[in-house]
Amino acid sequence: MRRINWRTWAALAAASTLLAGCGPLQPWVKPYQREHLADPIMSFDPNPIASSYLEHVFEVREGARGASGSVGGGCGCN
Amino acid sequence: MHTSTPVKLFAVLLAAILPALPAAGLAGPSSQSADIAPGVSAPAFQLMSSSGKPIALSDLKGQVVLINFWASWCGPCRQEMPILDQLYRSYKAAGFTLIGINVEPNARDADRFLKGTPVSFPILFDPHSQVSKLYQISGMPSTVIIDRSGTVRYVHHGYQPGDEGEYLNQIRALTQDAP
Amino acid sequence: MLQLTRRAHWLAAIAFALAAVGRADVLPDDRTDLLYHHFEGGGVEVQGPSVLVRKKIGDSVSLSYQYYLDMISSASIDVVTQASKYKEQRTQQNFGVDYLHNNTLYSVGYISSIEPDYNSKTAFFNISQSLFGDLTTINFGYTGGWDIVGKADKGIVQPFRADADRRNYQVGLSQVLTRNLLLGLNFETDESEGYLHSPYRSVRYIDPTVQRGYSYEPERYPGTRTSNAASAQLKYYLPYHAALDGTYRFYSDTWGIQANTVELGYTQPAFYSWTFDGSLRYYDQSHASFYSDLFPYANAQNFLGRDRELAQFHSMTVDLGASWQFQPRWARWIQKGTVNLDVQRMLMNYQDFHNVLDPAVIPGTEPLYTLDATVMEFFISFWY
Repeated sequence: MRRINWRTWAALAAASTLLAGCGPLQPWVKPYQREHLADPIMSFDPNPIASSYLEHVFEVREGARGASGSVGGGCGCN
Repeated sequence: MHTSTPVKLFAVLLAAILPALPAAGLAGPSSQSADIAPGVSAPAFQLMSSSGKPIALSDLKGQVVLINFWASWCGPCRQEMPILDQLYRSYKAAGFTLIGINVEPNARDADRFLKGTPVSFPILFDPHSQVSKLYQISGMPSTVIIDRSGTVRYVHHGYQPGDEGEYLNQIRALTQDAP
Repeated sequence: MLQLTRRAHWLAAIAFALAAVGRADVLPDDRTDLLYHHFEGGGVEVQGPSVLVRKKIGDSVSLSYQYYLDMISSASIDVVTQASKYKEQRTQQNFGVDYLHNNTLYSVGYISSIEPDYNSKTAFFNISQSLFGDLTTINFGYTGGWDIVGKADKGIVQPFRADADRRNYQVGLSQVLTRNLLLGLNFETDESEGYLHSPYRSVRYIDPTVQRGYSYEPERYPGTRTSNAASAQLKYYLPYHAALDGTYRFYSDTWGIQANTVELGYTQPAFYSWTFDGSLRYYDQSHASFYSDLFPYANAQNFLGRDRELAQFHSMTVDLGASWQFQPRWARWIQKGTVNLDVQRMLMNYQDFHNVLDPAVIPGTEPLYTLDATVMEFFISFWY
């Protein structure tokens, strides 16, 4: 198990400072441009009752599990 | 607790990036208000309306105008429409008018929605997002309330049930100003 | 009798918990889903109903309840070789509360899973935050579980009891890349501790003293297991109104299992109220370090496992689905409804698990086991 060395810390600190110095970034997809993203076919999980069942079917038979849910996208309203 | 390298790396990354987000204007209240500010003169525009005739903002000078930017794919926008209709009918006589600007590139979806949920106030179409850009719309839906002299007075974005109470108060206040 | 792997309960809980997490800008839609599920393959048949109800209370709170039943009829290779066919039921109930405040969604929930020889309780907590003009959503979740492992013989519960506890941490990010492209990233760490194997399952070892050449002894697993999984998903909107999506997931744990999952999917709306979708999923895994289909002699290692879930295998699943949307005029309070049918065909090829039902003169040279299964979900959903 490798330790995170000082070079990595320094790089992350630098990235963090740069990001902070950027100033407000404007969202590149405007709220009124989200008609495709709001379409139900672009939803990560339109039917939770079915997707959770299917995930269960796989997890019972496979060694691997997890990292399968995604949230967000959509209309971005409110 | 045994945590492996990938977990540690991820946690470090998150710890490094998260604090920077508010500073970069990516999170927090400052990131929300990029719209047009109250106090400025409402930018002029002219758009085609659902009646087939173009309507310009200048046509409505002398009245209190509420502009609602909406889209048929936006849930809260759809929720708000019947309530805006009620508002329009109640205050029309007091020198108030309401226009709904549809921001969709294709009017077909808006037409379909309006067939199911008809409204009595004019609907204008902004398919090329010209007016949305002009008014720096930063949320859906967005509501801009303009006074009789053509100055932007209030800006709202989003819609939660109950917001109409605020609109009501603001409209009442503005319609009571002498024309 | 033979339990679904105990992880099944834990995993089911996590799957259901994560399914409860939604976008952070609005509460999840009010809806009710009625589902019938059916699995058949490898001598196992599992079917049952599931119901999910979700309703907003006021403007900031959404409550959800889900009921799920498995009616299991099992004559799987594990059951048939070491025990006898059995029928069993597993009942699961999920309770969830979501609270929306500004652009943050807080979710808490409790899941209970019960079958005659297994009892699992799970509690989860999740925060989802919209940032950056709602182009980015991040979420953090924690799940804790407490299981009680039991044992039943022909339906009669035995005086056996062991505990297993788990902790699970999830981090997710979703990012709008363009008007047509969405990215989802997920990372999950799971830590389990306690009695992690099955009181029924055994491992096989070469035994020259018996005619068939091998004998069985109980399996023995490590008392802890830590796993990490990371995935990336892209969803792309095609200009003629369809969607393409691709997912990759990497998994690795302290038992030595490494797995890859790749999935490609396509969604196509058609004929105004229909939507068709299909997907292809490929999965492969390496075996656990203490796994063997046939050990050289009894008590060959500290830890011994022969569960095919820990074996080396790859699988392919094809999924086809159709959905029909309707707007019932006879019930105006229902905004929209859908009728859905989804069918999957799963084919699993094991590289180091042999089919002892097809005996060979020399143990360990039996044909490799393959499993093919058909899974089906039929469900009706309505939004109000």
